[in-house]
Amino acid sequence: MSNSHYVNDKPFDPKSVEVLTPEQEAIYLAPQRQLIWWKFKRHKLAVASGIFLAIMYLMTIFAEFIAPYSVDAKNTDYVLAQPHDVHFFHEGEFIGPFVYDYDKSLDLENMVRVYTPNKDKIIKLEFFCSGHPYKFWGLIEADNHLMCADIDQPVFLLGSDTLGHDMLSRIVYGARISLTIGLVGVTISFALGIIIGGLAGYYGGWVDLVAQRLIEVVQSLPTLPLWLTLVAIMPANWSQITVYFAITIILGLVDWTGLARAVRSKLFSLREEDYVLAARLMGASTKRIIGLHLIPGFMSHLIASATITIPTMILGETALSFLGLGLRAPAVSWGILLENARDINVVALTPWLIYPVIPVILIVLAFNFFGDGLRDAADPYG
Amino acid sequence: MITYIFKRILYMIPTLVLTSILVFTLIELPPGDYFESYVNELRAAGETVDPKLIEYLRNEYGFDKPIWERYFQWATGMLVGDFGYSFEYELPVSDVIGDRLFFTIIVTFFTIIFTWLIAFPIGIYSATHQYSWGDYGLTFLGLLGLAIPNFLLALILMFLANEFFGTSVGGLIDPEYIDQPLSWGKFVSVLEHLWIPVIVIGTSGTAAMIRRVRANLLDELRKPYVTTARAKGMPEFRGLMKYPFRMSLNFFIADIGGILPTVISGAEIVAIVLSLETTGPILIQALQSHDMYLAGSFLMLLGFLTVIGVLISDIALAILDPRIRLQGGVSR
Repeated sequence: MSNSHYVNDKPFDPKSVEVLTPEQEAIYLAPQRQLIWWKFKRHKLAVASGIFLAIMYLMTIFAEFIAPYSVDAKNTDYVLAQPHDVHFFHEGEFIGPFVYDYDKSLDLENMVRVYTPNKDKIIKLEFFCSGHPYKFWGLIEADNHLMCADIDQPVFLLGSDTLGHDMLSRIVYGARISLTIGLVGVTISFALGIIIGGLAGYYGGWVDLVAQRLIEVVQSLPTLPLWLTLVAIMPANWSQITVYFAITIILGLVDWTGLARAVRSKLFSLREEDYVLAARLMGASTKRIIGLHLIPGFMSHLIASATITIPTMILGETALSFLGLGLRAPAVSWGILLENARDINVVALTPWLIYPVIPVILIVLAFNFFGDGLRDAADPYG
Repeated sequence: MITYIFKRILYMIPTLVLTSILVFTLIELPPGDYFESYVNELRAAGETVDPKLIEYLRNEYGFDKPIWERYFQWATGMLVGDFGYSFEYELPVSDVIGDRLFFTIIVTFFTIIFTWLIAFPIGIYSATHQYSWGDYGLTFLGLLGLAIPNFLLALILMFLANEFFGTSVGGLIDPEYIDQPLSWGKFVSVLEHLWIPVIVIGTSGTAAMIRRVRANLLDELRKPYVTTARAKGMPEFRGLMKYPFRMSLNFFIADIGGILPTVISGAEIVAIVLSLETTGPILIQALQSHDMYLAGSFLMLLGFLTVIGVLISDIALAILDPRIRLQGGVSR
């Protein structure tokens, strides 16, 4: 009996059934990084937040250039001046952006200084010009500013504080500490989370038991009192830089538990995957499996969830500084600036002193949206 | 069920022991002790201090003993309700914090209720109207509450309350009730002053809660049994409440333990701004003046509260969900 099956003599072409267009091929062959980027791009709000954050972080790099005044420039004649209004037209004539100079007087009844715009004295705003000299990053001497104004005839676009500092400049400089403290803190908690969570997932058994109890203990203590305690044990004679790093470590020390838990549970569930079994059968060591196969598998998730904890740290720094613990003046951060607003009268009389809260709110919102987008994009196959 | 609860309580013991060790290490870490800062303070005021008196006090309070012995004394003392002695107030710690801890519990309790009342309807609406304008708007509102620092919201509300209602909002009770025994009037007065801290602390927690209610309910709503119920003609509202909602409640109860530390944290800082008679201000003061037993017992009690919260939520979960009870495992 001959074989009755039909046999096609032509050479087998696996792609004959489904021919991919070049676009489809690009999608199927795209590396994970590319897929994540494509998916992230679709989340418009997250992209916008990402751009905003990038701009803010650029601002911390070029703070000297963006701020009209250097950080400790002050004019004690203009204490607690309200923000200048920017005008474009003077008596119907267009002369570009300018502000009216203030006339100073004393209100003896309420014991406050009163600043009234003088319609005859015009201060024109100049851009990209030479102004207050500064040392860029404390290294390069320069005097270029985005907008400059003489400190003797000051322009306070966001008002001035109790010592006659320009609030706008202080907010720009304050971003340096406020924005970086979260990043450094997250790096620390990230490292701790991966190490401790990884150890628990790697060794299991009693190591896992101890790690879990430790996580439970740290989580059961309310964050703020714990921060307060840790800050209180810092010696008072530490320098600003030491205090800065100590605070980042403190923020990180309290925050790592969530990540450690995520790493541990991911390790436990991924351990059962087929590709891990395959790797093990091929003789890969456990260390290699974890480092090369497991951790990259959920790294994107970890980064996304770490992003979402950055705002907590920024708010934490703000709260600590506001309470007068942690960093103190003459250092400048948004929390330290807000310390001036501790009094209820401030809200009523000099509301511009609470302006530093606006960048705090915007940054926290942006990080939330950005983190959401990242988290959605972290698993591009879903 | 009894064995489950018993097991859960047994689990608490190592956690509490670890917590106490951690807390004790923390309060022992700062260089110097209360007597040192006490002496410095007196010297700064121009008074002379007899070193013998200090030596006597150190002896009296056991500061000359090795650290582990003091830890042991402190930890075993707490078992019988002795929380140590506050040097600053010259009173037993339990006398200093008793009332304040009570207020903290009240504020925390109402805050949690408030968070639930807000987060539940919003979360349900957001889940059933996914990607609608209402969903975005309400989620955004919740996020805004998270983003505004607590202390600032407290200040602004305090200002508004002063401006429009004319109530002084500093403190938790009217001055006339301070040091009075508990009475109906005192209770009402507390309620009158309670709303600001509750709103302030609650707003920061609602965003996270809304997000989780929404996510959990969405997961449930995508399951086939919901489609089946709908296909069989079950009214939309009943179809929502009968099963999906109840299922998403599980996480909610599991969450009680998780939100306690957050709420207490929020309560502390708001208390400092509003000068409430809760535990926050006293803790800061105790930390600054090395009043270690006060600070330590405080932290320990707050930790203990949370552990109890987790225990309650686990027991409630076990009652609600037979799967957990039968597994005998720990939830979360």
